[in-house]
Amino acid sequence: MLKVLRDLLRYDGRFRLAVILLGGVVVMIILSYDSPYDPGKTFVVPWDLPPSREHLFGTTSRGQDLFWWLTFAVRNSLYVGVVTAIISRVISVLVGLTAGYRGGWLDKVLMAISDTFVVLPLLPILILLSFLLRDSMNLLTLAIILGLFGWSFDARLIRSQVLSLRERSFTRTAVYSGTSGFRITIQEHLPFVLPIVFATTLNNILWSIGMEVTLSVLGLSDLTTPTLGTALYWANQHGALVAGLWWWITAPALIAVVLFLGLYLLFTSINEFIDPRTRLRLIGG
Amino acid sequence: MRNFVLRYLIPRVVQYLTIIFVGITVTFIIPRLAPTDPVAAQVSMMIARGSSLDPASIESMRAALTDLYGLSGSPVEQYFAFWGRLFRGDLGPSLGNFPTPVSKMIGQALPYTLRLLIPAVIISFILGNFFGGLSSYYPRNIGLKVIEVVGQAVRSIPYYIVAIVLLVVFAYFIPIFPFSGAYPIGTRPDWSSPEFIWTYIEHSVLPAATLVLVGFGGWFVGMKSLTSNIISEDYVVYAETAGLKKNKILVHYIMRTAMLPQLTALAMSLGTIFSGALIMEVVFGYPGIGSLAIVAVYRNDYSMIMGITIYSIIGVATTVFLMDLLYPLFDPRVRYQ
Repeated sequence: MLKVLRDLLRYDGRFRLAVILLGGVVVMIILSYDSPYDPGKTFVVPWDLPPSREHLFGTTSRGQDLFWWLTFAVRNSLYVGVVTAIISRVISVLVGLTAGYRGGWLDKVLMAISDTFVVLPLLPILILLSFLLRDSMNLLTLAIILGLFGWSFDARLIRSQVLSLRERSFTRTAVYSGTSGFRITIQEHLPFVLPIVFATTLNNILWSIGMEVTLSVLGLSDLTTPTLGTALYWANQHGALVAGLWWWITAPALIAVVLFLGLYLLFTSINEFIDPRTRLRLIGG
Repeated sequence: MRNFVLRYLIPRVVQYLTIIFVGITVTFIIPRLAPTDPVAAQVSMMIARGSSLDPASIESMRAALTDLYGLSGSPVEQYFAFWGRLFRGDLGPSLGNFPTPVSKMIGQALPYTLRLLIPAVIISFILGNFFGGLSSYYPRNIGLKVIEVVGQAVRSIPYYIVAIVLLVVFAYFIPIFPFSGAYPIGTRPDWSSPEFIWTYIEHSVLPAATLVLVGFGGWFVGMKSLTSNIISEDYVVYAETAGLKKNKILVHYIMRTAMLPQLTALAMSLGTIFSGALIMEVVFGYPGIGSLAIVAVYRNDYSMIMGITIYSIIGVATTVFLMDLLYPLFDPRVRYQ
């Protein structure tokens, strides 16, 4: 594991950049535990101040120090992303393994459902759902909802991998020697599928944080909790740009870009590393 | 022909119907899973917001809501009644603009969304595929590499953030484009005046640019990976040794072959593009479906949100289906299967 990290650091510029960007995000998350201000309280500092040494990202019209508020926002956004990823990974692995191994009508039904989810315009459905749940919405509910909707494409990827595994001779050997289907799937096939699971996890985190931003900006999440989305929501509510408070919009957007770029670069460099062919090209044999 | 119908057409029709069936069923089930009584909650919110409504219209609203949620009768009856109303194209009155029908308001907003979405999708599709093809044919070109990296990076960032960044840069710090709307506030849409159309285009540049930017990277990568396989095919090598012009080979021999899967991908991605267009409109205050949705959220206009959801499901499913039907026209391999 350490060797892998060292290799990636040495040979992949994108990985280095990802580490720098995500390192900044991690520092912010750690700082949030030592914040001088309570993110739930308003009017703790003078409002509408531009960025300065005292208030790194300036202050908001709600009298909050933007930098410290955003440390909580990044932490919560990432939390939504990770919980969503875990839930949707479990579903996609279950569906993908079952559909691929069992085949037949079960495969057809599961894939029909997953294709439907791929094509359906999720945003309007999520808006409808969050609209109805607005009063009981919190970060965990949001993450669970996103998890229930975010598995379909990856289930298809996993299934196609299992389809090829099923044709390999070791599967047949296992079947003829009397191993149960369940054990074959879990012990023999799952390890081959895990790289796909890891690779798609990061992508799924990106997707769910993006969705959280979208729903929050529409005012459909728990708006008292700091997230990257609610930061933008409050900025919009107070007409930050019209009032000339550009930092209120720019700071969360900037941090979102840093977080997304970092995760994306990590995603592509790990993805290429998992594939031995591209890894050889990267390291040069 | 018989094979075509059995193997190609019927599965597509079944899939089309399944998507609509599942989607609509989900929109039917969701309000029933909500923890509160939706009708009572809605009506009390209406009253709390501003009681300029007389008892009679509150009562008619309650009736409309009960009807809309389909809460009369057993669940099975409700379900069939729900479908029955949909077949008649009746989505109920908007609660925010009572009693204007939801379908009428969507009908007014939809053209704005489509006039923004369709050109943006076509431009990003063409640009992405063009540069993607070029970059796999000229792998050492620095300019193309830079374009690829930027396209990829932008693609990972959510629509909303890209839109905000463009807005801050090109309307706030460098004010060359208008802040919001599809035309200046206070003017009436007049489609015969060139000046109006000019401001309309001016107002659409930033929203469209966001869609193009976010879509570009996907087409670029798709095209690049498709063409990099085709480049080593025998017929391309043959054309090269025969001395055909490089650009001609690239466009007619390589890109054309790779176009087919890209067209399928175009249909598949419509759902996400559509969602992107919704977000865009919210950021830029563009008077399409997205703005309708956000106003509906603020006004607790449940029927409007439900209507938009159903419209989007049917719209996206139908487009995907039509693309699937058109596909054999482009790809002889499907036609003769």
